[in-house]
Amino acid sequence: MKELKILAVVIFFTLVTYWLVEPYAHGVMHKQVDSKQFAYSDLDEATKGVMSKKGDATRGKDLVVNGGCTGCHSITVADIPATMDAVTAASSYGVNPPDLSNSGVVYDAKFLAALIKNPAQALKVEHKFTPESGKMHPMVPFYGMGGDIDQEVADMIAYFQSIAVSQDELTPEMAYENACARCHSMKYLNWTELGPKPSFKTEIESLTYDLKVLEYQDSLKAYMGKLPPDLSMQALARGETRARNFIEDPQSYLEGTAMPRVGVNAQSAEKIITYMFDSADPKREQRDTIGTYVIYFSILLAILAILWKKEVWRDLK
Amino acid sequence: MANFTKATSVKDWLNQRLAIEKVEKVMASEYWIPKNINFLWAMGMILAVLFTLLVISGIFLLMYYQPNVDTAFVSVNYTIMSEVDFGWLWRHIHAVASSVTFLIIYIHMFTAIYYGSYKKGREMIWVTGMLLFITFSAEAFSGYMLPWGQMSYWAGMVITNIFSLGDLQFNGLVEWIRGDYVPGQAFLNRFFMLHVFLLPLAIMGLIGLHFAALRIPHVNNQDGEEIDFEAESKKYLDGDKKGSKVMRFANDFMSKDIMVLAIFLIFFFYLVFFHYTFALDPVNLDPADGLVTPAHIYPEWYFLWSYEILRPFSVNIGLIAFGFAQVIFLLLPWLDRSPNTVPASRRGLFKYWFWLMLGNMIALTALGKLPPEGMYSTLGLISALLFIVMWLALPFITKNEKKA
Amino acid sequence: MKESSRRGFMGKALGAVAGLGAIGSLVAMKKTWDPLPSVKAAGFTTLDMSVFTVGEMVTEQWRGKPIFVMKKSAEMVAKQTEEQSARDIVVNGTSYMVAIGLCTHLGCIPAYKQKEEYFLCACHGATFDSAGLVTKLPAPRGLDIPPFKIDGNNLILGEVGPEWQALKDNGITL
Repeated sequence: MKELKILAVVIFFTLVTYWLVEPYAHGVMHKQVDSKQFAYSDLDEATKGVMSKKGDATRGKDLVVNGGCTGCHSITVADIPATMDAVTAASSYGVNPPDLSNSGVVYDAKFLAALIKNPAQALKVEHKFTPESGKMHPMVPFYGMGGDIDQEVADMIAYFQSIAVSQDELTPEMAYENACARCHSMKYLNWTELGPKPSFKTEIESLTYDLKVLEYQDSLKAYMGKLPPDLSMQALARGETRARNFIEDPQSYLEGTAMPRVGVNAQSAEKIITYMFDSADPKREQRDTIGTYVIYFSILLAILAILWKKEVWRDLK
Repeated sequence: MANFTKATSVKDWLNQRLAIEKVEKVMASEYWIPKNINFLWAMGMILAVLFTLLVISGIFLLMYYQPNVDTAFVSVNYTIMSEVDFGWLWRHIHAVASSVTFLIIYIHMFTAIYYGSYKKGREMIWVTGMLLFITFSAEAFSGYMLPWGQMSYWAGMVITNIFSLGDLQFNGLVEWIRGDYVPGQAFLNRFFMLHVFLLPLAIMGLIGLHFAALRIPHVNNQDGEEIDFEAESKKYLDGDKKGSKVMRFANDFMSKDIMVLAIFLIFFFYLVFFHYTFALDPVNLDPADGLVTPAHIYPEWYFLWSYEILRPFSVNIGLIAFGFAQVIFLLLPWLDRSPNTVPASRRGLFKYWFWLMLGNMIALTALGKLPPEGMYSTLGLISALLFIVMWLALPFITKNEKKA
Repeated sequence: MKESSRRGFMGKALGAVAGLGAIGSLVAMKKTWDPLPSVKAAGFTTLDMSVFTVGEMVTEQWRGKPIFVMKKSAEMVAKQTEEQSARDIVVNGTSYMVAIGLCTHLGCIPAYKQKEEYFLCACHGATFDSAGLVTKLPAPRGLDIPPFKIDGNNLILGEVGPEWQALKDNGITL
């Protein structure tokens, strides 16, 4: 049929143009990074000792409390409060140190082991804290409490895992709060770098809060070099793959970036990505459902239109 | 005053005052269309429907969009996409329809070039069509400013800078267009006005003119055959529907128009719901920042070929080449010196010219998006030169064409 | 003849299905006009009733509308007619006049004449007494009482509590 041949020509040129402009051009423009499935194998060597030990949560608790962790970190579930508020903490350390209540479930165990022993290495920010720069990473490495350091670290991780909620109970919001929210805001879901902004009755209270956020942001800017971007639209602006690359290893995508490796495990990473899509594309399920109906409807309409045309043209040909 | 009699029905009442029966004949039942046409002749109908969809979806976006540099981005990406019920639907329809409109315009244009539908007697159809292309381009560009993302801002910066006209340094003109030293509030407001009022008005007027331009020369057909419309329509009305070379616009041709449209809508809605990202550039989902240019900046796909003609040359030559590319299509009826109104396949050298032009424009489109480095730079220069040379050669290769 | 009726059918079927699609899109259009979730979520205002001064007519705001509030002393309550007392809202043992400050005729804000203790609507001359009861046409009824819920010393406007429900059921407010 002649018309089908013409249609094939039109479709061919359309698809060639599409392929060149979209998949091909974007493939050339953006670096492709293969995910390592959150294996963190570069840390294997440094954590071999810790990972071979079986941790004891009770001893771990003593180590965490007496080993210095709680000097900076709060552990809300164990009734250990923060020693200072977020704004003050950020002015001393650059960023507010995280609460450790759910660290055992959000972060990969191997990453935690490496982090406790050598934070700059685990976070992949050694380029920022070289001996020449004279700067030290604000988190002090754990040098041991006199026993076998690997056993001690294993105990501490066992403790963190024992107090954390289970992976099933960990919501996308909790994963996001733990891993991202202290550096990034997410305005469309009401997040500031100090947490969700409460609703205030008076303008003065609201502005006071905003001022605290600005102060916190100043400390962050000084620490990171620039203010980390708002994450409201990043799921769509960067796409799912790049978001995953970034969460797994920022350096692999953007060499020299100030963003540390966050060290979350694979499940937590997926939850964070889900949460980012909740902000950037909250109507995606509705769109898919309605879209399916609309496509079925269009097909029905097209069938009827073809039949009608045939009827009308019967007299003409 | 005309003689009015007591009406026998509502239809009769209206008929005495508005001549609706006559209008119906002129517009539909006795608007004669050749039978010898294919589905490519339905592209006009698809464009009319796409424009309607753009207007409808635009109206709903307009109710929540805020033309303000501080709130524009949020009103689009948060209010419309997250808060407004079905706001996402209007935005996706609007974005996809604008992109697909250009796809269909290009198909429509190349159909006309292939079948010689711009030749003697049909020049005004071609000219009004190209004016529509230009106004649609302006409409698309002004609309692209409105979300006030990174691509909006930097496209606004770059395109308005074109008006400095290279070494002529018309910087005052650029500032006048922007109403500011850089794209800012005044710029956003005036492009908002252009997008939602002045340009749509111009487009509607031109669509009317484009349709009117069809009436006297009639629609072309697949073989460029000269049809005696009076004799053929008489044959049809006398009952020889099968033997006549023409048919009524409604319902005869319209049933085919609607069939093509309905099939097209499956494709269109697939894009709207499941493949809209091509029309929603991710870079534009970062809010405008006058101090950071994105790593890769490129226009929407339908402007890429002319963008690539600008890019490989030094500033002055580039602008001349760009200006050349903008107006040259308009002159096609006079650059093609052959009197033959037949499909390109039956036209000597023009056959090769047509396919090479199409291929080269696709190449320019691809190269316009690819980073201008290494091999892509060289290919871009070759393609741009080829485009210019081919147009300059057109009068010569068509002049001695044999009578088909 | 048989054929042409069938043709009519195909055209009608196509038209009917296309019409269904158009109606479907009207649903989306209607919903696009609905108040936004953020507007609806902001429809609640909490008033701390302990801060008001007896006898002073104060204008608060709820859902963008003015809300007249006046605290009443025991003597003021004693002087009231039964009809006036029926409109009183009692929070923690104290009676208050609370009403939407829009004339029930066409929605202008009636001004309170402190000395004469009545409201006069400038638009079309309706008057209301200090309890909000209509005293002169064209207003069709007394000032409306906004839905409320009593929570200790607080009055939560926008939420429906049993006290407001009773006022509504007794036809005292709309």
